[in-house]
Amino acid sequence: MGQRPFGRRPFFRRKKSCPFSGPNAPAIDYKDVKLLQRFLSERGKIVPSRITAVSGKKQRALSRAIKRARFVGLLPYILN
Amino acid sequence: MPFYESIVIARQDVSATQVETLTDEFTNYLTEAGGTIGRREYWGLKSLSYRIKKNRKGHYVLLNYDAPSEAVQEMERNMRLSEDILRYMTIRMEDIPEGPSVVMQRRDERDSRDSRGDRGDRGDRGPRRDYRGDSDDAPVAEAKSSEGDE
Repeated sequence: MGQRPFGRRPFFRRKKSCPFSGPNAPAIDYKDVKLLQRFLSERGKIVPSRITAVSGKKQRALSRAIKRARFVGLLPYILN
Repeated sequence: MPFYESIVIARQDVSATQVETLTDEFTNYLTEAGGTIGRREYWGLKSLSYRIKKNRKGHYVLLNYDAPSEAVQEMERNMRLSEDILRYMTIRMEDIPEGPSVVMQRRDERDSRDSRGDRGDRGDRGPRRDYRGDSDDAPVAEAKSSEGDE
């Protein structure tokens, strides 16, 4: 138990790492619509970082970029 | 002088050449005040994600420059007055980026590829859950083996 804190859990989920950290990570840019779209839900909402595993600092930068892209009409505010 | 980046959306009814003269007009305010234009891109007529002033499409222009803030304010004031400008956004930047922006890079990629078009980003595949497809204990076995690796 001490060695393996998760024992033999049936749902083993390995720790995800932030997609914007580490080498050759993409730069967060409001013009990069294709990149930003991966962090939007089907309705166009920003996906929480606990699901996407983006670090706190990068999530703030990401949400700023998404909001900028929305303002200039590159991304929608709502999708139906 | 600080670096800025502006994105300007012009009405869809104006022609591409008119957009060029319009941007010349606006960049004049910057250069006259001693500013320099680092990058200037015309993205063409793009469809907007939502209607802006009853328009569904707009000409996008991207400007990266180094200019005094008074000149930027003067340029923005004139953009507000212009009927052909739907929207603009100016952002302070750390530097003037080199090379074309992502939008232009994507365009070049698309042009160089054949006519089958873009298939879009498929994203990450994720781990395979039901390796053998039928039995319930398969994911457990998989989990065990991945634990052993760490």
